[in-house]
Amino acid sequence: MSVKGKVWKYGDDVNTDVIFPGKYTYTIKERADMAKVALEDLDMEFNKNAKPGDMIVGGKNWGCGSSREQAVSCIKERGIAVIIAKSFARIYYRNCFNEGLPIIVCPEAVDAINMGDEVEVDFESGVIIAGGKEFKFPAYPEFVQGLIKDGGLIPHVKKSLGLA
Amino acid sequence: MGKTFAEKALGRAAGYDVVANQVVTVEPDWCMSHDNGAPIARTFKKIGVKNVWKPERIVFILDHAVPAPSSDHAVNHKEVREFSAEQGIKHFYDVTSDGGVCHQKMCEEGFALPGLIMVGSDSHTCTYGAYGAFSTGIGRSEMAAAWATGKIWFKVPESMKVVVTGKFKPGVSAKDFILKFIGDVKADGADYMSVEFHGDGIENMSIAERMTLCNMGIEFGAKNAVCRPDQKVLDAIKDNAKCDRWEPLWADEDAVYAAEYHYDLGDIEPGVAKPHKVDNYAPISEVKGTKIHEAFLGSCTNGRIEDLRAAAAILKGKKVAVRTIVIPASWIVYRQAMREGLLDVFLDAGCVICNPGCGPCMGNHEGILAPEEAAISTANRNFKGRMGDKDSFIYLASPMMVAASALKGEISDPREAL
Repeated sequence: MSVKGKVWKYGDDVNTDVIFPGKYTYTIKERADMAKVALEDLDMEFNKNAKPGDMIVGGKNWGCGSSREQAVSCIKERGIAVIIAKSFARIYYRNCFNEGLPIIVCPEAVDAINMGDEVEVDFESGVIIAGGKEFKFPAYPEFVQGLIKDGGLIPHVKKSLGLA
Repeated sequence: MGKTFAEKALGRAAGYDVVANQVVTVEPDWCMSHDNGAPIARTFKKIGVKNVWKPERIVFILDHAVPAPSSDHAVNHKEVREFSAEQGIKHFYDVTSDGGVCHQKMCEEGFALPGLIMVGSDSHTCTYGAYGAFSTGIGRSEMAAAWATGKIWFKVPESMKVVVTGKFKPGVSAKDFILKFIGDVKADGADYMSVEFHGDGIENMSIAERMTLCNMGIEFGAKNAVCRPDQKVLDAIKDNAKCDRWEPLWADEDAVYAAEYHYDLGDIEPGVAKPHKVDNYAPISEVKGTKIHEAFLGSCTNGRIEDLRAAAAILKGKKVAVRTIVIPASWIVYRQAMREGLLDVFLDAGCVICNPGCGPCMGNHEGILAPEEAAISTANRNFKGRMGDKDSFIYLASPMMVAASALKGEISDPREAL
């Protein structure tokens, strides 16, 4: 599978509070409503203008802070194709796979990509194409490949319990 | 080659010898959820399993917004009550005088025990390492799956060893140390790692202080953070352990670490985390005199009786210059503070005391800031918007510094207020 989209680029240590503010954690319940407040305290331009198929590129430790899964759900519901970062905070990293949101760790690509760039990602060959250059990224760990194939943790569990 | 704490704890749970970077599937000893038990219950129902795997292993503690400040929150609490009743979940701490902040309750009620595998749908679940547990935060989907299957996978983490020696000077506390440490290693310093606190500096600390350290583990990326379960811990759990599955575990002397740090507590001075990142450390000398509009004493980081005592000693007989919100971490702490006369000290000083719970920590209620306002807080996060408004500012500090600052309306050195 290959995707192509416009990049929204941010720095290091973007935390879950600015991705999905804590004050909404018990008042917003529908996924479509979560999408409406995505990145509200980080970047109102993104909040207003991000389109399905766009990509997010972050620095190190993307998604640090709270375990709130809505910080992943709101981005997935917004139709963001992939998050590329130098590294991810661990709960966020797990939440992405559990929600079926593709993420890539590739510091070299992050350094080469600018806000607004058009970037292509080929998941099968493990390549990011940005500014005419190719950046290889490693395959997902074996134990999460099953999750991705099934579309996230809940469908994966249903399948493993014979309830799908 | 010796083993780290994480290798021992996860190996014990897996039932075989494990090493770092291996993936294991284990059965959690406890699954803790707070107000987010409601959305987790909805996800659980989507799986299609009728009953949770073991209702006696699930704990619900309402704390994030209690009593409900809005109808939405009330509906959320109602769903947790209904799900608990339906599934026969007995370990349920509702909005009653048995309640409090979930991490405080997990420790004081005897759930946090040495060697146990504890997961919570809250990032500060790492707090239970103060009792020698392997405890870590997970997301909502993952908790729903754990309820359904009784299983969770972990990559056995590599470990970081933090050796702490000595004693604090007066006016300095565990919070000052951990803020300085996070400033040094940064917010991703222990990403994916198990963090072990070693040394006589830790042995000298109360369990409350160790809880402050382990609680802040997630703020530098740790999967879990842990202290050796010594006699202090064994004495504390002697009469109230909630199960007998526990076993004291600790790293071998020759265990292998991915990183190692050494600190002497005598070198630590009062300090803060400046807005808007927890690793944005500054010693008191750099921020002294910064105007504040609110002081908050409480949270799972610093809402214990030891914290209230330290703050009350500074506030006694004086008046606060800005609104000061005091929230004991549980009703047990609240009652103890009442017995010791600390609540009178706070009230006489002009503080507002709220009911135990998370309060304003993540912007739900009881002390939300206005735009351009600044707060000094004993909580664990100062992210933009954390206390409800994205144009406000949060400085994280110790209970002593919060008290000293409340008296002057500006960030103040607690050593001058002792």
